[in-house]
Amino acid sequence: MIRTENIYKSFGETEVLKGITTTFEQGKTNVIIGKSGAGKTVLLKLLVGLFQPTSGNVWYNDINFNKLDKKELRALRMEVGMLFQGNALFDSLTVQQNVMFPLDMFTKMTKKEKLARVNYCLERVTLEGSNDKYPSEISGGMQKRVGIARSIVLKPKYLFCDEPNSGLDPKTSIIIDKLIHDITVENDITTVINTHDMNSVMEIGDTIVLLNLGKVAWQGTKEEVLESTNETLQDFIFASPFLQKLRKSALGG
Amino acid sequence: MYWKETMRQMNDIGIGSLVIVGLIAIFIGAVTAVQFADQLSGGLIPRYYIGYIVRDITIIELAPTITCLVLAGKVGSNMASEIGGMRQKEHIDAMELMGVNTAAYLILPKLIAAVTIIPLLVSLAAITSIVGGYIASVPFGVLTDPEYVRGVRSFFEPNYVLMMYVKAMVFAFILTTVSCYQGYYVKGGSIELGEASTQAVVYSDILILVADLAVAVALTG
Repeated sequence: MIRTENIYKSFGETEVLKGITTTFEQGKTNVIIGKSGAGKTVLLKLLVGLFQPTSGNVWYNDINFNKLDKKELRALRMEVGMLFQGNALFDSLTVQQNVMFPLDMFTKMTKKEKLARVNYCLERVTLEGSNDKYPSEISGGMQKRVGIARSIVLKPKYLFCDEPNSGLDPKTSIIIDKLIHDITVENDITTVINTHDMNSVMEIGDTIVLLNLGKVAWQGTKEEVLESTNETLQDFIFASPFLQKLRKSALGG
Repeated sequence: MYWKETMRQMNDIGIGSLVIVGLIAIFIGAVTAVQFADQLSGGLIPRYYIGYIVRDITIIELAPTITCLVLAGKVGSNMASEIGGMRQKEHIDAMELMGVNTAAYLILPKLIAAVTIIPLLVSLAAITSIVGGYIASVPFGVLTDPEYVRGVRSFFEPNYVLMMYVKAMVFAFILTTVSCYQGYYVKGGSIELGEASTQAVVYSDILILVADLAVAVALTG
């Protein structure tokens, strides 16, 4: 479980996050939604320690993430996997080398053991046999899957995904969503996804946090989304005219 | 991992810059020889002095300074763009999450490679430049082969070679650190990346010229 406690974050004079307090539960797909510029990516980067909060704390179970020394931070980072928006695959490394990178950094496994783990992860994301290809030689969806393989190679307890569906077609998006959800349930990990894709939210989101102007505007479960009368949430979900029409007709309007 | 990256950088900086450094050096030597031949045409100063002047001016000043100014443009802008691109594509964030000391991993191999390889490139530039002076003067009758060779072998001051290597190493350090800094701390998009790349070259060039004077004063005083 990850808990944020009254998080504030400013860049210069711009206050991006304004007192975020929320909980991301273990074994569930926790989704952060919100318009562009709402502070989703900043919150995600704060959760993994790429940004430091101006004030407030991030708790990983009973560990205060912001009070860790270098050694403790390294130990905790071994338990963290992250899928970046643009995948962040290293262009000069092959698929196999990319996935093996965290093992090289954090473990003392033999080459044979590392290779076995890499092959398992690539198989898990249905990319077996792509070991020797370079990121530039595979499609966007495949790159995303390599990113997922790399993020789970250390058997993380916490998985963070920054807009996992950006730039993907709807069919590939569903495959990626399902993969993330299955990995979360199978391994009982705490997954936090940052997205503005409502299909993903309704497909795999167990708990949902809506950010608006740097604050938590609404939080609840997938089931509660449809029943909520929260205006900000309704505005966000039914932003498209097509969905507004659908909603009106469903309400008999 | 660091060793492999250092080797890659040595290859990029060294082999990748051979042609441009060689070309520039040969023309610098040639132009120096031709121009000094014209200036010393009065007969008061012996002709063989042309070889001596080409050698010393190349070793002391032109080989290290011009080579490093050129490398600041070629290698420095490349370093800034490479690291800046990694920053923008979140590669640096990904590495940090994977426990990599990104400053050390990205900058140290470049620094070691540059400080090792650039002095070798400068040596090559000095030799090529002296050969360039020969090519531009002897075959065209500006002076004879024995005169040029005598000039090149006269009044040799070993300290000048030391000065050349000191300059090369200092300039290599400057162009690498300035360029990597510009790339590492880049923010924004492609326009900012372009600006960082330009600033890497401009600041490196200015600092190289300042350091040139500082080293000259320190080693000749």
